[in-house]
Amino acid sequence: MITQPAVGGYALQLGDDALIMAQRLGEWVSYAPELEEDVALGNIALDLLGQARALLTYAGETEGRGRTEDDLAYLRDEREFTNLQIAELPRGDFAEEIARLLVFSAYQFELYQRLRGSRDEMLAAVAAKAVKEVAYHRDHATLWTLRLGDGTEESHRRMQAGLARVWPYLDEMFRTDPLAEALAGDGLAVDAPQLRPAWTEYVAAVLREAKLAWPGTPAVPGGGRQGLHTEHMGHLLAEMQYLARCHPGARW
Amino acid sequence: MSRDWPLWEVFIRSRRGLSHIHAGSVHAADAPMALRNARDLYTRRQEGVSIWVVPSSAITASSPDEKDPFFAPAADKIYRHPTFYDIPSEVQNL
Repeated sequence: MITQPAVGGYALQLGDDALIMAQRLGEWVSYAPELEEDVALGNIALDLLGQARALLTYAGETEGRGRTEDDLAYLRDEREFTNLQIAELPRGDFAEEIARLLVFSAYQFELYQRLRGSRDEMLAAVAAKAVKEVAYHRDHATLWTLRLGDGTEESHRRMQAGLARVWPYLDEMFRTDPLAEALAGDGLAVDAPQLRPAWTEYVAAVLREAKLAWPGTPAVPGGGRQGLHTEHMGHLLAEMQYLARCHPGARW
Repeated sequence: MSRDWPLWEVFIRSRRGLSHIHAGSVHAADAPMALRNARDLYTRRQEGVSIWVVPSSAITASSPDEKDPFFAPAADKIYRHPTFYDIPSEVQNL
């Protein structure tokens, strides 16, 4: 028996992924290699924030406790966040960010593409809009991966190192989650393991063309979906939630 | 080699039937990047349906010093202006 709160819990997972990734990408504004790239990464962050708003609002509604998108974003503690750990990793160098964006946007692309067919109208609508946005994110990351991987000796080295840094967090992305699995059985959600073949095919083709090797770094335990996070998550939340917690109900 | 990426001029067509109009410029390392940077900077609010990017170095411009020989002779030749017939009000963008 699928309950509305279960659908909300799934929306929360996807919304948390988008929210935390948006927060990390937003950190790049004024740090990217050129002003134009500041804008590009900022735009991608805003796309993700838009997805997060829709998903968190829906999660709050289905939960039935009267929590808004802001309550969920700003007033939850670390253990209540259900995002994948890859989203919370601290900002590394530009190549590492591109590696994360490639991996993450390719994952989101496969996910949203399938979620468009969900029997839940709201999830289907969010996915239909978001899939066009993440197609662009994936394209942006792909072109940079090719440029850096097949660029200079230094850019190749950094791109390869960036991939090695994010690779341990892949396993978690494609792990079975009991909630998503149950909902997928009813045609409401997408079961993550089924995304892996298409994801692998796409990313492998990009790495091949960019003359990069498939990294062999072993997987970390993960656990973001269960609220287990890396040491970096607390710092991220402190920055993201500071204003809302110091000045409850602040408006502008 | 200069540290800055090359400059590209951006031309946007706001809708079908109109011509591309110069919108500004962007820095980019190559043409695909220039196209995407232009998309991010100049079409965020649905300003366009088509974008051209051209390396700024490929543009040959008239010089301000040549202003008189280039443009002044046109001033007194009113017969070149299409002012001798009426344009129907339904015709837009002419």
